Amino acid sequence: MSNSKVAIDVRGASRVFKAPGQEPVAALDNVSVSIKENEFFTLLGPSGCGKTTLLRLIAGFDFPTDGQIMLYGEDIAVLPPYKRPVNTVFQSYALFPHMTVAQNIGFGLEMQGKPKAEIDARVAEMLKLVRMEPMKDRKTSQISGGQQQRVALARALAPKPKVLLLDEPLSALDYKLRKDMQIELKRLQTETGITFIFVTHDQEEALTMSDRIAVMSKGKILQVGSPHDIYDRPAVRFVADFIGETNFLSGAVKSSAKGNSKVKLECGPEIAASSDDGVKSQGNVTVVIRPEHSNLCAAKQGQLKGVLENAVYFGTDTHYHVKLEDGTHFMVRQQNEGGAQKAFAIGALVGIAIDEGTARILRD
Amino acid sequence: MMDAPLSPAAQVAAENDKAVSRRSRLLSLPALFIVFVFGVLPLVLICIYSFLKPYQNGGVVWQFSTDAYLNFLFQRDIFDDTLQFAPDFLIIYGRSIWYALFTTVVCLLLGFPTAYFMATRPPEQRNWWVLLITIPFWSNLLVRTVAIMFIIRDEGLINDMLIYFHVIDKPITMLYTDFAIILGLLYSFLPFMVLPLYSSLEKMDFRLVEAGYDLYASRWQVLRRIIIPLAKPGIVAGSLLVFIPALGAYVPPLILGGGRHLMIGDLIAQQFGSGRNWPLGSAQALILMAAVLVALYFYSRNEAGPVKHG
Repeated sequence: MSNSKVAIDVRGASRVFKAPGQEPVAALDNVSVSIKENEFFTLLGPSGCGKTTLLRLIAGFDFPTDGQIMLYGEDIAVLPPYKRPVNTVFQSYALFPHMTVAQNIGFGLEMQGKPKAEIDARVAEMLKLVRMEPMKDRKTSQISGGQQQRVALARALAPKPKVLLLDEPLSALDYKLRKDMQIELKRLQTETGITFIFVTHDQEEALTMSDRIAVMSKGKILQVGSPHDIYDRPAVRFVADFIGETNFLSGAVKSSAKGNSKVKLECGPEIAASSDDGVKSQGNVTVVIRPEHSNLCAAKQGQLKGVLENAVYFGTDTHYHVKLEDGTHFMVRQQNEGGAQKAFAIGALVGIAIDEGTARILRD
Repeated sequence: MMDAPLSPAAQVAAENDKAVSRRSRLLSLPALFIVFVFGVLPLVLICIYSFLKPYQNGGVVWQFSTDAYLNFLFQRDIFDDTLQFAPDFLIIYGRSIWYALFTTVVCLLLGFPTAYFMATRPPEQRNWWVLLITIPFWSNLLVRTVAIMFIIRDEGLINDMLIYFHVIDKPITMLYTDFAIILGLLYSFLPFMVLPLYSSLEKMDFRLVEAGYDLYASRWQVLRRIIIPLAKPGIVAGSLLVFIPALGAYVPPLILGGGRHLMIGDLIAQQFGSGRNWPLGSAQALILMAAVLVALYFYSRNEAGPVKHG
């Protein structure tokens, strides 16, 4: 994947909204990102972070107030949507209610002026791809939400776009259907070999489907990386906090060498923590430790010590809430094994053992 | 197993259901009463009158006759009592239909962009636009039509201005022409086109428009293939609301046409007034109604497909 061509290259794109009598709002603030060919790329962030704005700039429904959007080296930032070889799957599908399933799928090809025989063949192929052949003559109001989703996908894929944009396409589906569609989407992406740009606020969706994820907040991209990178090596506090659950510990760097530092934590002990290049190697820092990278143990054996305040049973695992010596709360997530659980009494002094090499120093 | 008798609770529930449906039927009674007294009854009267003979000072003589319908197409010769084809009324009907159709088409062409503009405003502004469109309803149609007369007559606002700025040196005759009548009709009925169009465009999901652009449709194709089909209920409703009243319009042709270019409404009014021929007026009214119903039938048959009539 690393040596393939760049499909979309966003260079310093901004989108500032100005309403008369109000402060201008930057929905997108000088964003640059490269998305490679055949990649499943996800824009992840809370609502209002600018992910949909970026998608709309790529689709052509909106235009950047600054910067460039390159598609295979050509600046498309000012082209109208109907002149871009890019198609969109809309959040609520936006299927044409006055057309049948087959007419919806064929619409893009028809507008491109393709001959009828070619349209029919391609529509049949698409119906097969999304397994909707028996429904082809139904009106879009006569099919279920999951089926509408498939039709929306088929409609956007039919004209063979160079890039497919997906704007929270699974958010309207119930949990089980969403799970199925995640697998389905990934299959379609692999089968068609089209670059997917997927927008979501659901971190789990992002982690399970993406080749790479860009985490966004307040109009900026904070970190780009593989799901693994993003989860295990969050660069900044927002990313660590937004994706999964994390313990934040403050401390001061004692010594540092080649990305490995000794940090004296405010809650007492000194621990080893790793960091990326360019992260400050002195002064006060924040260290993050994932709940599942720690284990409860006897007070003497643990690197951290505290009072067990609560234990919440989740079936597959149990969450232990520990109050450390300086008052910070620390959560330990432990897999439940069959049989009797090791009993830690609420209110008891317990130790926390941190898996080696999992503590990370944040950039901010 | 035995058939269990209804439980007390189920009996109460069934009684309650019956009572509710009885009561809700009662609620429609006042409306039904008004429709019957002021709608159905007059229609029956007109129907009866159209088969009677006219009394010389107005009113009717209670004697069965089909003269009114014969008179619609033929004229009885005073001397030998033979019937001769007289197309005068047909011409007036034809002209009325032509005016009404033309008005409907122009209203649609003017109303669609207006309604589209209104529907694409931010939601909090839309009600103001609707209010603006309904401003003409705040004053009487007669007064507004007379105002048009003052604007377009030979010494009216438009001619005076054009002469003052030396664009023309003799006034352009606008009043008492076809142009004046159609202007009056357009002005009277435009809101009836804009409002239904607006209500159907306002409900439209504009992401469908974006989806159209996304799928390589040009502006024109999006309009033709997406917006217009989705606005069809509004187009149908608006066209009916303009065409039918325009066909029977009375005030604009009377005031702006100066009685030279009669429309059906004026013709019928004449029979009940100076013409003193109530049966003929009744017959003309019924023929107009029949024509509208036949037109509606064909219209709905052509449009019935994707559109659900309310």
